[in-house]
Amino acid sequence: MYVAVKGGEAAIANAHRLLADRRRGDRSLPSITIEQIVAQLGLAVDRVMAEASLYDRAIAALAIRQSRGDMIEAIFILRAYRTTLPRFGYSVPVETSRMLVERRVSATYKDLPGGQLLGPTFDYTHRLLDPSLLRDEQVEEPLQRDGEQEPVMRVSDILAGEGLVEGDGELPAGHVPGDLTREPLEFPMARDLRLQALARGDEGFLLSLAYSTQRGYGNNHPFVGEVRMGEVEVELDLPELGFAVSLGRIQVTECQMITQFKGSVKSPPQFTRGYGLVFGQNERKAMSMSLVDRALRTDEFEEDVVSPAQDEEFVISHSDNVQATGFVEHLKLPHYVDFQAELDLMRRMRREHDERSREEPGDDTLEAAQ
Amino acid sequence: MNAVPSELATYNFAYLDEQTKRMIRRTILKAIAIPGYQVPFASREMPMPYGWGTGGVQVTAAILGPEDVLKVIDQGADDTTNAVSIRAFFQKVANVAVTTKTREATIIQTRHRIPEEKLTAGQTLVYQVPIPEPLRFLEPRETETRKMHALEEYGLMHVKLYEDIARNGHIATTYSYPVKVEGRYVMSPSPTPKFDNPKMHMSEALQLFGAGREKRIYALPPFTDVVSLDFEDHPFEVQKFERPCALCGAENVYLDEVVLDDRGGRMFVCSDTDHCEDRRDHGHCGTMLAYGKAAAE
Amino acid sequence: MTDAPLLKVRDISKFYGARIGCRNVSFDLWPGEVLAIVGESGSGKTTLLNCLATRLMPTSGTIQYRMRDGQMRDLARMGEAERRFLMRTDWGFVHQNPADGLRMTVSAGANVGERLMAVGDRHYGNIRETAGDWLRRVEIGLDRIDDQPRAFSGGMRQRLQIARNLVTAPRLVFMDEPTGGLDVSVQARLLDLVRGLVHDLGLSAIVVTHDLAVARLLSHRMMVMKDGHVIEQGLTDRVLDDPREAYTQLLVSSILQV
Repeated sequence: MYVAVKGGEAAIANAHRLLADRRRGDRSLPSITIEQIVAQLGLAVDRVMAEASLYDRAIAALAIRQSRGDMIEAIFILRAYRTTLPRFGYSVPVETSRMLVERRVSATYKDLPGGQLLGPTFDYTHRLLDPSLLRDEQVEEPLQRDGEQEPVMRVSDILAGEGLVEGDGELPAGHVPGDLTREPLEFPMARDLRLQALARGDEGFLLSLAYSTQRGYGNNHPFVGEVRMGEVEVELDLPELGFAVSLGRIQVTECQMITQFKGSVKSPPQFTRGYGLVFGQNERKAMSMSLVDRALRTDEFEEDVVSPAQDEEFVISHSDNVQATGFVEHLKLPHYVDFQAELDLMRRMRREHDERSREEPGDDTLEAAQ
Repeated sequence: MNAVPSELATYNFAYLDEQTKRMIRRTILKAIAIPGYQVPFASREMPMPYGWGTGGVQVTAAILGPEDVLKVIDQGADDTTNAVSIRAFFQKVANVAVTTKTREATIIQTRHRIPEEKLTAGQTLVYQVPIPEPLRFLEPRETETRKMHALEEYGLMHVKLYEDIARNGHIATTYSYPVKVEGRYVMSPSPTPKFDNPKMHMSEALQLFGAGREKRIYALPPFTDVVSLDFEDHPFEVQKFERPCALCGAENVYLDEVVLDDRGGRMFVCSDTDHCEDRRDHGHCGTMLAYGKAAAE
Repeated sequence: MTDAPLLKVRDISKFYGARIGCRNVSFDLWPGEVLAIVGESGSGKTTLLNCLATRLMPTSGTIQYRMRDGQMRDLARMGEAERRFLMRTDWGFVHQNPADGLRMTVSAGANVGERLMAVGDRHYGNIRETAGDWLRRVEIGLDRIDDQPRAFSGGMRQRLQIARNLVTAPRLVFMDEPTGGLDVSVQARLLDLVRGLVHDLGLSAIVVTHDLAVARLLSHRMMVMKDGHVIEQGLTDRVLDDPREAYTQLLVSSILQV
């Protein structure tokens, strides 16, 4: 006798228990600590903070540990936590020209005020496996420079001094920067919202899109004006006090991409720009973001939308990996009610087809006869 | 900043903070005021994945009160894993009473089915919607589909039905079958089989549709006119099953096909498990059950 | 022809930044009249056509259209819904490239039937019959009714596009180089067909072409454009046989030499 399947509840509980076991792994090994993740897997933590839009290294590390190192899962957990947090207000824009710079490179100038600072980078390392890391080797203390530093001028400000690059742009009077985690998304988007979406967009997706622009799908002749990484002050305007107070410092990576120039009868030729800014240290993401930002500004420059990276609806609707992974993976949920309907129709159509071919032997049977 | 958090903030009743709930309730009110119109809302990140019911969960969370009795179904059944998971979520974050009985529930969250039992005044049916835009697969652009709704340009919808008939001899859409609401907006009923479409028409219950990933909420207030699109000479019709439920003997209900063995053995049973159990409790008996009973005796 | 114009165009100009698309164009179009706009590429004729068909917003000037109820209406002051309704019922637009005007992945029958369904026709059998009737009129075999235009030749696609436009019995049709992408022999057949349909249906049409032979065959009247300006207009036979402007003379002579 048939008995309908029951016991979903018990199955889920057991599955989660098994998951917890696999997460912990071999009990004879010490459990990895949050401090270790923050200290030794810092770039993973940075990525999770950036795409979850929540700057908190310890909680990001907790999410990474909870997700067994599955980055998108960690981002997902952190976002679901972030969304419940109350909003006290919105900070004033961070001033990246006053960044405490740890790394700063420009591809457009050999030397420039503030100099080129390599900082902690994988660039120029040889990607050879390092056997010393198999053990807990002693690592030397980094060298530090003494003395005062000259201000690290932004490359965009250098070019702007000559009027050769477009300015930061003016938002329409009275425009309040949007918050796409609090307002419905609508197309076409203003650039502030688009940049928000890109800042939390999937690193891999943006990287591929940026790459596609370089390969001719919406090329915009980019030069890295500069990439800088370091700490900036976050300030909040307090109306009661009448000035902004500092909330602390966060680490960010900023990319100013200098791109294809434009000019018209009215305005003199100028370089245009693409902009990228992300939490933590993540140059790949900041650079990709700046290329895609520039590609999406077709409206402003009256460019034709001919490539995927220029298509706002396409890019923004598909850049969010939490949305994407949910919807792709939801295909494993049961769909048998719909499938039953399709099955039913398919059988009916097959029956009709068979009846038709019985009535009038078609080409198939003729061929078979020959 | 690197210190380990000793304690995380606790969650509000029904998970969402009150401000968010108010925002969603305003959206719902607007949706009710314009039946069938997709109202954009600032969908939140939920602790379950997009595509798994985040829209329905947000709607339910926004309207749920401590006195409510919640029922959650997926594919018509209360015991499918995702239904179990969502029900457990609300038990955990809202400590709300739950039930599997359709008539006891004040809120029913569903994926892919409408219960067989007629819903009554005071009940709310919350649908989980993956793709709210009925025109999406004909026109991928939101900017364009929004214009089509605004200007009531629905010719394309019938082009699709025309193509179905030209190719197959009849309309080949079996689920997510588009409807016209109050003679104005074309609406997707979510991926319910078209078998359930007639149940939406003039329903006594409030019907709310939530699409989390796509950030849309739409609604059918009680007693709304809901018409499935068709042609005069190819009228809308629902699937008919050739046999009754093998367990409870019900006819004119939606059936799931169950594969019994590897020799082509099949049986058909109610997709709505509560309806089926209720009938059996009242002494109804299908062929398979009768056979089982006979064998046991 | 009645005594009231169908379309009244006054001082239409379109600028792209500082560049002129077309400038100060005025004319009347009468019911049943076919007007050809000729000129080289870049002369502004397609810009003008797009302004007239409300596909482009003119920088200045007015376009008035006489609705079926006899009222003259300013197209710029019409709501978008009404304008789009007008475009898919009382007007037609034939693109140079049929792929721009057809749904390439939808059957020929549905391509023709779409406008009928858009205005509320809900009888499958009738829609199909009307579609079949129109396919016959544009010389496409009834056995092709369920085929997609992807499987059609260039000439067939263009004829299908014309049928798709004419099914709602429009009064005004815009054509942008309708024979542009076709072989010479196919062109002749299409022109013949269009001339017959325009005559039989009493259509008004505005045809943009760089081909004076097309203008000669289809139009009653023509306008010659150069650098965004209309430099000469008049009855087609008069302009072609006795061109007044030097540029028109050059245009006509260069054609005759070929």
